Amino acid sequence: MATFGSLALVLALALAAYNLFAGTIALRLLATGHPARISPERLADTARRAGIAGFYAVTAAAFALVWSVFTNDFSITYILEHSNRALPAAYKFAALWSGQEGSLLLWAWLLGTYGFVLRLMHKTDVKLYAYAGTILAGIQVFFLAVLNFAAPPFSLFRGAIPPDGNGLNPLLQYPEMVIHPPMLYLGYVGFSVPFAFALGALMMRYPGEKWIRITRSWTMVTWLFLTVGIFLGMHWAYAVLGWGGYWGWDPVENASFMPWLTGTAFLHSVMMQEKKGMMKSWNVWLIFSTFLLTMLGTLLTRAGLVSSVHAFAQSSIGSWFVTFMCIVAAVCIFTYVLQRSHLKTEHQLESLVSRESSFLFNNLVLLTACFVILWGTLFPILSEYVQGTKVTVGAPWYNKVAVPVGLFLLFLTGVGPLLPWRATSLRSIRRNFVIPVIALWAMVVVCLVAGVRPWTDGAFDAGNFYALVAFALAAGVLTAILSEFLRGAGVISRQTHRNILSATWLLTRRNTRRYGGYIVHIGVVVIVIGLAGAAFNRNQEQELALHDKLVIGPYSLEQVGATQDTNPNYDSDYALLDVYKNGKKLFQMAPEKRVYAASGQPQTMVAIHSLPTWDLYVVYEGTNPGTGQPIIKAFLNPLVSWIWAGLVIIVFGTLVALVPNLSSATAAPRVAARSTVPEPVLKGGD
Amino acid sequence: MGAFRSPGIWMKTAQAAVLAVCMCFTLGASDASTRFDRLSHRLMCTCGCAQLLGECDHYGCPDRGQEAQELNAGIAAGSADQEIFDSFVARYGATVLAAPTTHGFDLVAWIAPFLVLAAGLLGTVLLVRRWKTNPAVAQTAAAASDPAAIDPAAKALREQIRRETDFDGGAGL
Repeated sequence: MATFGSLALVLALALAAYNLFAGTIALRLLATGHPARISPERLADTARRAGIAGFYAVTAAAFALVWSVFTNDFSITYILEHSNRALPAAYKFAALWSGQEGSLLLWAWLLGTYGFVLRLMHKTDVKLYAYAGTILAGIQVFFLAVLNFAAPPFSLFRGAIPPDGNGLNPLLQYPEMVIHPPMLYLGYVGFSVPFAFALGALMMRYPGEKWIRITRSWTMVTWLFLTVGIFLGMHWAYAVLGWGGYWGWDPVENASFMPWLTGTAFLHSVMMQEKKGMMKSWNVWLIFSTFLLTMLGTLLTRAGLVSSVHAFAQSSIGSWFVTFMCIVAAVCIFTYVLQRSHLKTEHQLESLVSRESSFLFNNLVLLTACFVILWGTLFPILSEYVQGTKVTVGAPWYNKVAVPVGLFLLFLTGVGPLLPWRATSLRSIRRNFVIPVIALWAMVVVCLVAGVRPWTDGAFDAGNFYALVAFALAAGVLTAILSEFLRGAGVISRQTHRNILSATWLLTRRNTRRYGGYIVHIGVVVIVIGLAGAAFNRNQEQELALHDKLVIGPYSLEQVGATQDTNPNYDSDYALLDVYKNGKKLFQMAPEKRVYAASGQPQTMVAIHSLPTWDLYVVYEGTNPGTGQPIIKAFLNPLVSWIWAGLVIIVFGTLVALVPNLSSATAAPRVAARSTVPEPVLKGGD
Repeated sequence: MGAFRSPGIWMKTAQAAVLAVCMCFTLGASDASTRFDRLSHRLMCTCGCAQLLGECDHYGCPDRGQEAQELNAGIAAGSADQEIFDSFVARYGATVLAAPTTHGFDLVAWIAPFLVLAAGLLGTVLLVRRWKTNPAVAQTAAAASDPAAIDPAAKALREQIRRETDFDGGAGL
């Protein structure tokens, strides 16, 4: 199977290379109109077909690796290092992306899949798709070259083959890890598609904004995958790492967050291009940057540039990624300089206080947030270069620098939808802002009364202050969004005599993108409320003898015994804790400690009792070697479940935004009016 | 009542008020466990787990216990925060601090993000103002508002955009 997999990878590389070179020659011939022995259209079609065949070849390679995991083929070094016989089937599948080589193969396979779908849909716009397909082939050549020459997943183990493998890292043996990395990769890799369309459209001086409408769904789906991937990672960190938090500002976490921020900025600013023909250069650079940031994230994870709990071991592929990023940046800059006259804006801003300028400020703050995270991630390297000593840029720095930027962004989330396009009158501001501002200040009063005050024991408390601001802004933003729904629904209700719920449903169906977007904003507000709860986290660590009690918040945890379990993969120790509130027993919690057979590594499995108000989060930290008693650490984390609820709302809102509008009567003339490109023909002239 | 008119009494009252306010702001600051919690979240565990000392929880950590002991000793000895940090840096190196300091080159880490945000905001405001005052833009806007200069398809499109985006027309209707 190793030979089959290796051959499949070589074949995939050859096909991707053919796709790239034949596609480039065909598009060049079409652009210049030079006569050639072969028809450029036919050459371009052979390139497209090579791309499709390349997908099958990469799929075969991925299948070979998965097959080898399931058949315990420990003659392959990768399988030996990342699997073992007793590993459950779901985690054997996860072994595909648990190491350097396998995860690169997953990347190549996902890129091949995206490319496959794109090439099948080429009739939408043959020429634009030919450009995009060729650019994707260029990216695929890079990944397949790395897989063939720098990080081969099918390299054979030298020496006597051990009877069993080293097993999967215990941290990765958790349900989220079966789905978190593929989601994240779907997001990372997916941004290659809008990047390829943007670069292709710029290369061919594509008229109009149709390429944006073609890529809209791709971009939104990709963004959704990345969002879900990031939050699954947060949930994994929360449930597995056992420190009571979900985001540690680790460089690898940051690496996934940066393209999310620029991708979010792109999703907003691209509306300006669609509706107003503005910010064309900005949008092109946003998507270029997003793609480059996905590459930077991959580089940070794999090259050992920064220390991280997530990062793969240091390897030689860092130089490959740096070279590739330099080539991509050079191609982007060259194309932009050559074609920038094509990106002239059609309109300018007419007012500093308008929907357009709110998009501009929203983009500015999103990019500042991205800069903050990039700066924090790379500052240790810069510091070492400048002053010879490395420094740590950890959570305290991010909390002081990134949180204010995030709150400013939340403020804009509320303000933006209330501003009309073009210009805003004072009367309009008064009318639209009065209720949200009242809600905001009412929340300030409620919080102060409830004890959320920006000082503790007389001293200023930054955490409480930020929480207060976050709750107040959340109230204002939520009111602003809901008033938007009610305003529109009220008009429909009056016109059609429907009740307000039915009118809201119809309103959303008529402009799914806009109102789906608002639902996403509601999700963001709910998440911010959940994040703000972290200011009030409490924890208590205690060694518990039998019937000893640990008190945290309103709960009392009594140690009532311990139990053990074993299976071929790991041995477990459980501490059994009865949870009381007001003297009444509510339930039992059983935090677990595992020791994995293959690696001998210990791992905690947290017990979580989740409520809308807070999570009771209990960790079995181990036993005191002197007394043999379990050491229990309990956390009371307010509002954490709001974070996961917010994600569900975001997913729902994005899906709503992806649904076509209800009224085809209004959609059809719009497309007809904007479509200026004859299709589907592959012709020259650009 | 007459006594309250005396400047000495006013001075004493003011001093007492200032003292009371100062006490309010320093209440709890000397509490050892609160201080340990606060300082341990400004120091890193040095075992390589990349976690804050106050959050490091992995089983069998070789360094957490030793660092926590040193921190407790520093607090018990009444050392100032900076003295404790200095002793940690001397022993473990600068990477033991969870955030850059606020002097020397480290200060750049703190100010650069806010400078970038301020420059961005200023640049955006200036850009919008320039666009507003640019005669070419005014002409574009004038041409855009001239119904005769717009072809019917574009006009229909504009109307639709206005319908879908204008508040007064009802959102999305």
